Amino acid sequence: MIKHLLSADDLDRDTAIGILDIAERMAATAGREIKKLPTLRGRTVVNLFYEDSTRTRISFEAAAKRLSADVITFSAKGSSVSKGESLKDTALTLQAMGADAVAIRHPAAGAPHRLAGWISGSVLNAGDGTHEHPTQALLDAYTMRSRLGHVEGLRVAIVGDVLHSRVARSNLSLLTTLGAEVILVGPPTLLPVGFEKALPPGASISYDLDAVLPKCDVVMMLRVQRERMIDSYFPSEREYSRRYGLDRRRMALLPEHAIVMHPGPMNRGIEISSQVADSARSTVVEQVANGVSVRMAVLYLLLGGNA
Amino acid sequence: MAGHARHPARKPVHGTDRDAPSETSPLQHVKSNTVSGIRGRTILTAADLGRIVDRMAHQILEKTDGATNTVLLGIPTRGVPLAARLAARIEAFEGRRVPCGTLDVTLYRDDLRLRGTRAVGPTAVPEDGIDARRVILVDDVLFSGRTVRAALDALSDIGRPSQVQLAVLVDRGHRELPIRADYVGKNMPTSRAESVRVLLREVDGVDAVLLATANSDGHSGVDGPRSERRSE
Amino acid sequence: MTSTWLIRGARMPGGGPTDILIRDGVTVEVGTVLDSRGATVIDADGLIVLPGLVDLHTHLREPGREDAETVETGSRAAALGGYTAVCAMANTDPVADTAGVVEQVWRLGRDAGLVDVQPIGAVTVGLRGEQLAELGAMATSAARVRIFSDDGHCVADPRLMRRALEYVKAFDGVIAQHAEEPRLTVGAQMHEGEVSARLGLTGWPAVAEEAIIARDVLLAGHVDSRLHICHVSTAGSVEILRWAKSKGWRVTAEVTPHHLLLTEEYVTGYDPVFKVNPPLRTAADVAALRQALAEGVIDVVATDHAPHAVEDKECEWAYARPGMLGLQTALSVVVKTMVEPGLLDWDGVADRMSRIPARIAGLTDHGHDPAPGVPANLTLVDPTARVRVDPSQLASLSRNTPYAGMDLPCQVVATFLRGEPTVLDGKAVR
Ligand SMILES: [Zn+2]
Repeated sequence: MIKHLLSADDLDRDTAIGILDIAERMAATAGREIKKLPTLRGRTVVNLFYEDSTRTRISFEAAAKRLSADVITFSAKGSSVSKGESLKDTALTLQAMGADAVAIRHPAAGAPHRLAGWISGSVLNAGDGTHEHPTQALLDAYTMRSRLGHVEGLRVAIVGDVLHSRVARSNLSLLTTLGAEVILVGPPTLLPVGFEKALPPGASISYDLDAVLPKCDVVMMLRVQRERMIDSYFPSEREYSRRYGLDRRRMALLPEHAIVMHPGPMNRGIEISSQVADSARSTVVEQVANGVSVRMAVLYLLLGGNA
Repeated sequence: MAGHARHPARKPVHGTDRDAPSETSPLQHVKSNTVSGIRGRTILTAADLGRIVDRMAHQILEKTDGATNTVLLGIPTRGVPLAARLAARIEAFEGRRVPCGTLDVTLYRDDLRLRGTRAVGPTAVPEDGIDARRVILVDDVLFSGRTVRAALDALSDIGRPSQVQLAVLVDRGHRELPIRADYVGKNMPTSRAESVRVLLREVDGVDAVLLATANSDGHSGVDGPRSERRSE
Repeated sequence: MTSTWLIRGARMPGGGPTDILIRDGVTVEVGTVLDSRGATVIDADGLIVLPGLVDLHTHLREPGREDAETVETGSRAAALGGYTAVCAMANTDPVADTAGVVEQVWRLGRDAGLVDVQPIGAVTVGLRGEQLAELGAMATSAARVRIFSDDGHCVADPRLMRRALEYVKAFDGVIAQHAEEPRLTVGAQMHEGEVSARLGLTGWPAVAEEAIIARDVLLAGHVDSRLHICHVSTAGSVEILRWAKSKGWRVTAEVTPHHLLLTEEYVTGYDPVFKVNPPLRTAADVAALRQALAEGVIDVVATDHAPHAVEDKECEWAYARPGMLGLQTALSVVVKTMVEPGLLDWDGVADRMSRIPARIAGLTDHGHDPAPGVPANLTLVDPTARVRVDPSQLASLSRNTPYAGMDLPCQVVATFLRGEPTVLDGKAVR
């Protein structure tokens, strides 16, 4: 039984599959007239967002509300957070409020770990700096399973700015735990030094996207930020897009059944072309829907574990 | 999911039924035997079970005008095969196919805080739905009544039946809510310290009902990982 | 005021039990069964007597951050750790880059009177790395500054570094370099390697330290100046130092206790008490540093004692200030990492923690074994004691020790500063 979800490493295979199974049940209720479940009635879930991320915040809010939890959102804008109150003081406030679970999004890696040491409720990492975003990995795995039937044995390319990507880190961990093979693809500047030694079994690194694509079941494109170019991680957007962007020509290299994923928000024309993003292979839209079901499952699991 | 992997290690067992009230009574020593790896005194044999299911099927036919406009919804785990057996017997007796479904109540339980997370089972409603129909909820053991309460809530979220009835294989008493069954296979007076374990071929490989005294010898044999799915 | 002390039966490093008679600030006699008339006797049976420890790298935070440490509280922590002299780093507020500030710090040390506080002067004005500070004025001030350092910042400009090295030759100064190529450590949070890759923290590559050390030993060799390298933290740095020393260049180096004991794995929980600059490195680096200290490639242990207020550590890793307390635990950590594994004997400890640092800092009153006529700066150590580190029991104003809860060997029983006890029975005299 896990109390916090700080990292995808917190999930062993059985627990991860359990979350996906529960998420499937949760998704089934989403099609009903009455979507709300009474499961977390009387529980308080706090969304503590130090970064603007409407998409993730709404997803967590929807998940908690569908389970009838009381939801309180602290955003960096318009609360004491922006007035410079320390995370510790905020934690003490949340503790006093009796928060049963806190979903935290924070620009500093490890902030959820710190929070977990200061409050008695469950902490859910909703993205911490360049570290992890475990519910994103869960929803990605869920999406793969619902599109392709299974995760085990899939070959997944994660392409782009792996160095700065919490999505990549969480997916690397979760997907290999679930028995998928992961190939990290990007320019060497955007792959962490020493990563080849830290890779779990079933993971590898490549600098050559064209060579990887024909053997992939899933290709996951990561968002690349313009400031990386200014920092000399790559020379220009055009060169990046030529070497590591997914366009129609490259998509044609994929096996017929392969799907294209992107955690959003997308830079159309840089890491992914519009034709690819809007194609039938793209799972971008369902990833968003699956996010709610997966987060419901995680909340249920964590709060149930607080017995 | 290996549900038990996430199931909290339970403290000393008091009634192992999932709705077990927390009160315990003096330990009773019973002569135990082992059925399908489960220790306990055999209360009902496979033959008993067969007769009881037949009788319940007849009772349902009587009280539902020949099972017309009726849907059976089994509560996982063992309510589901029981519902299927009842449907099969009803069809054998009357030639009428009764639609059968599954109603998982996990997300409607009120003991999440006490018992921790469980695996969530499927809910499958027959094609024509349950609106304006007579729904018979089917479960293996009726104890505190809390599972049935959760089932009624779950039911109201998926439709509006014209009538809801309850069929249980064993009623062991100790109700905590104003709930009674319309069809009871066997009334079985028990102490709270005892646990009733229904074994069904489809799930357990064997048909039997056992009565065990919880924790009488340090491990009652009914508090293993399988207790996760033991139903009321 | 005169006071007379007789230390009975203390063991000198590498020698047998001896009695030491101290009067009027100096050792007057060393031998057996000395005349104890008029003396306060300390039974030192089973204790080791070391020359008072000397720290080349202490952050006392005064002036500027008296909430984190003051000269007095830091001095008390030092005395309790067995130190009789500490060199106070220049990164205060205002920066110790003028004769006025270094004299102020020096006087505060005098007033506290618990250890000799020897100010280090900044190399550049405001530690900004642009223009030399008035090094000569600081050298000839009452504080008699000999060590200059921009510690906390690297003197990154090679031309400026060359000039500084050359300039201080006029008064036998030494430049203590915080070796960190700033362009390679932008935003750096921890050692760059597999752990940083996993934790998503920006890496501080070993090469950022090694590149500066390589450049600076070449510069020191070229202009024949004294260079001291602060807090060496990587195996690669050790190799460069070994090579530089083989050339006969006047290069010395220090290692901190925490780099001798702790590894990057401690970062895994994101507790900033383990955040330090340079960062905790790998187990292989730790092994290389211990070996280098044993061989003398690294000359001394220096604490880099860096107190921080609670709010600067009870926060997110990236927002926390780097640094750890060190003064009160340094000797214990050195015993644990060097003496217990047999890499260093007690005489070696005396070298690495007292005699050599005193020589580097030009502190002529310190680093001497007890001998008639020598200032009695001494430390008595119980080598068999074990202590569990309790942050709330430390004398520092701050609590940021990385050793909380650890059991460490040995205990300082008494410290004498010029013949007067600053610590007795393991407790500060004042
Ligand atoms: Zn430094």
